[in-house]
Amino acid sequence: MSQSEDRGGPNRADDFLQLFKKGAEFTQDLLKENERLRFRIVKLEDALKEHEQVGGAPPSGDAARLLRKIEELEQEKEEILGRIRRVEEENQDFAHRYVEIEEENNMLANLYIASYQLHSTLDFKEVTQIILEIVINLIGAEEFGLLLLDEKTNRLEPVACEGLELSQLPSVNVGVGIIGTSVKTGENYFIESMEGYERDFLKPMVCIPLKIKEHVIGVIAIYKLLTQKEKFTSVDYELFSLLAGHAATAVFSSRLYSESERKLSTIQGFIDLLTK
Amino acid sequence: MTALKVLVVEDSPTMRQLIVFALKRIRNFQIVEANDGVDGLKKLNSEKFDLILTDINMPIMDGLKLVSMVRNDPNYKTVPIIIITTEGAAEDRDRALALGANAYITKPIQTTQILDTVRGLLNF
Repeated sequence: MSQSEDRGGPNRADDFLQLFKKGAEFTQDLLKENERLRFRIVKLEDALKEHEQVGGAPPSGDAARLLRKIEELEQEKEEILGRIRRVEEENQDFAHRYVEIEEENNMLANLYIASYQLHSTLDFKEVTQIILEIVINLIGAEEFGLLLLDEKTNRLEPVACEGLELSQLPSVNVGVGIIGTSVKTGENYFIESMEGYERDFLKPMVCIPLKIKEHVIGVIAIYKLLTQKEKFTSVDYELFSLLAGHAATAVFSSRLYSESERKLSTIQGFIDLLTK
Repeated sequence: MTALKVLVVEDSPTMRQLIVFALKRIRNFQIVEANDGVDGLKKLNSEKFDLILTDINMPIMDGLKLVSMVRNDPNYKTVPIIIITTEGAAEDRDRALALGANAYITKPIQTTQILDTVRGLLNF
């Protein structure tokens, strides 16, 4: 991935830098041309003045031609100045786009690492630990919990948390309260205003259902953000979407794997008993 | 051109990968990873580094202890140290900088901020 990163992101950046350089060179050329034309105008104006002083007669012949030339050059100068302005505007536009693409690139890189880590193991504990790390380090949550759905009881049970004791987190029935509703509808919940929010385990500030297609297997409930994290950004919402999908499949597959391992060892035990 | 050696000390593998991935955008970096302060010190003693990035909250030896020990080592008196942490309080920042850290970045991780800080400290 680092190789493709080297080929993709930096090349894009290089292309933009090349564009900026070309724009700067073009501006320099235009400025030089402008300077040259100004110089010619001054010279022509001086020549005209001299001619008027000497002859004193109204412009005719050469003088009239020179005046026309001055007008043409003035027009040309205006055009050049207009082109310089347009190039400068384009340069600014490119600079803004460069910053935007750089941010997008960073976000994609972070999302890639997060999803890569989520699918790097089939160990359930490791998967939950990775989910916690992503929520802390990429989203900036300080207190939050991961609740998974027990399909037998149709209740959400807390399985991991950060900044809290697991025993503090409630079990929640599907469809009940903010958490239960979020799981039932499969829709993310965000509190309208974080100002003045006081922690209530049944009313988190954010609820992210973990979904495999439309099937919800659990939820991440956030109760407090890091001090320096004042609000969510567009990147956070992208991350929440990623978590909803990738964390769900990672949790689901690690659970399946653990169950199959357990069953396999039971069956192996039976076989060993029968064959002894 | 000789590659610059960077030590990334962070107990969370996910966070470590995020930092390493970000640093790989600056070419000519040779990145070495450490799980905690003790592991970091071992690596610092075995080879010479040009930059250190460390977390604060880590098991066995935390980042502040590591900064303090690094600054007491004559070989690393001037090597730039960047702290990347969840601790956002002003007193934590002041303490880290007083111990000898050169920059203090708070999580959640922002790649641009890390890269700008690294470039600034290494005069890129």
